[in-house]
Amino acid sequence: MSVTLLGKKIGMTRVYTDAGVSVPVTVLEVGPCVVTQIKTKETDGYDAVQIGWGEIKPRNSTIPMIGHDVKAGASPLRHHREFRVAEGKAADFTLGQTLTVKDLAGTLYVDVVGTSKGKGFQGTMKRWNFKGLFASHGTERKHRSPGSIGSLCSNRGFGGGLKKGKKMSGHMGAEQVTVRNLDVVRVDEERNLLLVKGPIAGANNGFVEVRPSVRLYKSKAAKVAKAAAGK
Amino acid sequence: MGQQQIIESLNAETIKKDIPLFDVGDTINVHNRIVEGEKERIQVFQGVVISRKGRGINEILVVRKVVDDIGVERIWPINSPLIAKFEVVRRADARRAKLYYIRERTGKSRRLRDRRRGLKHVAGLPVRQG
Repeated sequence: MSVTLLGKKIGMTRVYTDAGVSVPVTVLEVGPCVVTQIKTKETDGYDAVQIGWGEIKPRNSTIPMIGHDVKAGASPLRHHREFRVAEGKAADFTLGQTLTVKDLAGTLYVDVVGTSKGKGFQGTMKRWNFKGLFASHGTERKHRSPGSIGSLCSNRGFGGGLKKGKKMSGHMGAEQVTVRNLDVVRVDEERNLLLVKGPIAGANNGFVEVRPSVRLYKSKAAKVAKAAAGK
Repeated sequence: MGQQQIIESLNAETIKKDIPLFDVGDTINVHNRIVEGEKERIQVFQGVVISRKGRGINEILVVRKVVDDIGVERIWPINSPLIAKFEVVRRADARRAKLYYIRERTGKSRRLRDRRRGLKHVAGLPVRQG
């Protein structure tokens, strides 16, 4: 069963494999999530499952949201997300059902969606890895500036303005970042922990969404195929 | 359980509790597990600890020895499962936290004062433990 789970980032540490290789891991606490709504083609035009996770004080939620959660037999939940399922497969889920890391068992790779740390207003060097201008050779007070941003008549800009999306200074971070194809190192069902290899975006305690990887890198896809053949 | 406690409880599974007391300057034997195919054997590396840094699960050790006038240094995470055990051979009196200066020394000046004879220090000093 392919499910999406919600949770939070706990932090990073390292674990050793039996061969003695140190693996950097991010510890995630995911689930248990409650199925709060089941969407079907007849009622909503598509098949999906909506899940909720995280405690919230009723006074911080809204009456409509509380009512929505109560329908699923759950106390008020902070976060809600939905994931698509194949047509007709929504019937596999029941309203109020609990999804835990157990449902990720057997998954080799996951994608983790997080919100990166906010960096505030940043220049082009930090934000877009521009190289800046010369340190010397007569450069004055312009060492970190972006340089030319193009003229109005080139491909870089047209019709009285610059091309949209031109990389410039501005607000950096605090945006959704998905890290794909992370190895699942360990699943701790008792404590609802999931250990994935490598870093993910965001601060500790940040909200994350975990889903089994669909678009795998080639080498990893080969491993998944091998594992499936082994079964 | 708080977040830090979760991380610590995960680390506790890996962190070794049977590490003897030793510090920078001491000569130790590192029993190194070497896996060759199915077989596993132990190799002993004897040398002077010239650096011990990091804490908890991240603690790292640098051990130096001299073979045929060529210095050999090995770096290990203390908690690596590839290390079977540590043995303290000789305790020495080091007045630096990192003994990198030993790399430039040859002959008599490379020696470290033995802690047994060093008057300022006595065995059983409070030593930072892994």
